[in-house]
Amino acid sequence: MNRLSIIGIAIVVIFVLVAIFAPWIAHYDVGATNLAMRYMPPSAAHWFGTDSTGRDIFSRVVFGARISLEVGLVVVAVSAFIGTLIGAVAGYYGRWIDALLSGYIFNVFLAFPGLLLAIALVAFLGAGLNKLIFALCIIGWVGYARLIRAQVLKVREYDFVQAARALGAGDFRILFVHILPNAIQPLIVQASLGMAGAVLSEAALSFLGLGVPPPAPSWGVMIEEARDLSTLQAAPHALIFPGIAIALTVLAFNFIGDGLREYLDPRQRRR
Amino acid sequence: MKRKLFGLLRRIGFLILVVWTVVSLVTILIELVPGDPAVAVLGEQATPEQLAQFRAKHGLDRPPFFFGFPSDDHGQRHFRLYGLDNRYDDYWVAILHGDLGNSFRTDQPVIDLIFERYPATIELAIAAMLIAVAIAIPLGVVAGKNRGTLLDNGLSVIALVGISLPSFVIGPMLVYLFAVKLGWLAPSGRFDWSDIILPSFTLGAALSAILTRMVRSSVIEELGEGYVRTARAKGLSERSVVYKHVLKNGLIPVVTVLGLQLGVLLAGAIITEKIFGWPGLGLLLVEDGIGKRDYRIVQGCVLAISTTYIIANTLTDMIYRWLDPRIRVQ
Repeated sequence: MNRLSIIGIAIVVIFVLVAIFAPWIAHYDVGATNLAMRYMPPSAAHWFGTDSTGRDIFSRVVFGARISLEVGLVVVAVSAFIGTLIGAVAGYYGRWIDALLSGYIFNVFLAFPGLLLAIALVAFLGAGLNKLIFALCIIGWVGYARLIRAQVLKVREYDFVQAARALGAGDFRILFVHILPNAIQPLIVQASLGMAGAVLSEAALSFLGLGVPPPAPSWGVMIEEARDLSTLQAAPHALIFPGIAIALTVLAFNFIGDGLREYLDPRQRRR
Repeated sequence: MKRKLFGLLRRIGFLILVVWTVVSLVTILIELVPGDPAVAVLGEQATPEQLAQFRAKHGLDRPPFFFGFPSDDHGQRHFRLYGLDNRYDDYWVAILHGDLGNSFRTDQPVIDLIFERYPATIELAIAAMLIAVAIAIPLGVVAGKNRGTLLDNGLSVIALVGISLPSFVIGPMLVYLFAVKLGWLAPSGRFDWSDIILPSFTLGAALSAILTRMVRSSVIEELGEGYVRTARAKGLSERSVVYKHVLKNGLIPVVTVLGLQLGVLLAGAIITEKIFGWPGLGLLLVEDGIGKRDYRIVQGCVLAISTTYIIANTLTDMIYRWLDPRIRVQ
C-alpha cells in the first residue's frame, strides 16, 4: 500500500469514529436555531462558527458524517450485491442470457448519465433519504455487474473450475464456491471508489433539494443554504467547513481505491 | 467494406434500441409520482372539475399503458387490456411529430422551452471542455516527462483533489472569491461575455483533473515506444519529440475520454447552472420542472439531455475507431 492510501484510511477511520460518536462529540442540537447568534465566526464556543439561523456548524458537520457514510455504505453494499449476482449470472451462463444482460441492459444503464437518472427518479418519486438510496442503487449496480461479469468470464476457464465440473459439482456450487471467491478481488477497488461516488451523489442530490430534506444536516443541504450572497458575505465559513468535509471524505476513498488498485495490479506499480 | 457497413448498421440499430428504452422509461416515470399528478400540480384545494379538466387536457385521464391492473369499486385489482388507446402510444405519436407536450403550468410547448435553453447549455459544456484541455495538456505533459519526481507527485495529488472537489463546492467558493470578495465578476446570470468564466471553470475543473491524469499516463506510455528512440537518435530536440510525436499519438485515448465526458458535462451542467443561474436545460429541469412539479418539463429535459448524451457517445466511439485502426481490426 502506498502512502496516500494510508492517509486515506486514516481519514476514513476518523470520519467513521466521528459518525459513531456524533452525540458525544457535538455539543449543540443540530436543529436549534438562535437568531441572536447568527453568522458567528469560528470561536471556542462554536468551533466552525454558526450559520444564517445561528445553528452550530461543527455539530451539523459531525452529524452530517452520519448521513453521508450511512448512504454510502448502504448504496455500495446493495449495489455491489445486486451487481455481483447479475454479473455472475451473465458471465457464467453466457449465450443469450449474457447477450440480454450485458449486451442490452448494461448498455442501456450506461447510456444514461448516472446523475441524471438519479435526479429523474427522485424528481418523480419525491425527495427523501430512502428514495435517494434507491435511486443511487439503481444507477450504481451496473458498474459492479460489468466488472464481475468480466472476472467470471476469465475465471471460469481456469483448470480448477474444469476439475470441479469433472468431479460433478453443480452450476450453483461452481459459481458461488469456486468462481466467485476467485473473481471478487477487484470488487474492493470498485467499492472504495463507489463510496466516494455515493457520498458525492448524496451531497449533490441534497444540494439540488432532492435528497435529505432540510433541516437535516446533510453536507449538501448545508452548502446549498450557505451559498446565497448575504450568507457568503457574512459567513463564508458556513460554506467552507461542509465543503472541506465532502472533499476530504471523497478524496480519502479515492486514495484508498487508487492504492488498492496499484496493490492488486502489480503492472500498474511500475509506472 | 461489407463488414464495415454491417458494423455501422448494427451500431445504429443499437442506438435506436437504447433511445427507445430511454424514451419508454421517461414516459413511464410519471407513473411513479405518488398519488395523483393532477393534485400534485394543482394543489389540494382544486375542485374535482378543475382536476378533471386538467387531466383531460394533458391526457392524464387515459390509461397509462397497453394493459393495466385498475382497481374496481370494491378495491380489487383486475387485469385489463387497453390496446393501442393509451398514453404511452400518445407520447410516442407526439414525439414522432416533434411534440413533447405542453407545460403543466404555463401551457407553453415543452419543445420550444428546450430549444430556447439548449444553446446556453452547449455553450457552457464546450467552454468547460476547452478550459479543461487547456489546463490538462501542459500539466499532464510536464508530469509525464518528470515521472516519479516531486513535481509529478505534486501534480498527481492536485489532480486527485480536483476530482474529489465537487462542482457545488468549487462553484460557491469561486463566487465568494471573485464576486463577493474581489467583485471582478458577476455572481450569476448570462448577460455579459465574462459571465461564462466562473461556470465553465466550475464545470471543467473535475474534467481537467481527469484529463491531466490521462495525458500523463499516455505520455509515459508513448515515451517508451521505439519511434521515440528513433526521433531522439536522429537528433530532434526533446521539445519536438514530446510535442510533435508523443503528444500526437498519446492524445488518441484523450480524445475518446473527451467525447465520453461531453455527456457527463451535460449532466453536470445541471448543478453548475443552478449555482450560477445559467439559463440552460439544467436550470429549466431543476427550477421550472422539479421545483414547480411540472412533470412534462422534467420528461422533456431528461429526454433531451440523455439523447444528446447517447448520440455524443456513439459519435465518439465512431471517431475513435476511425482514428485508431488497431481497434477496427479487433
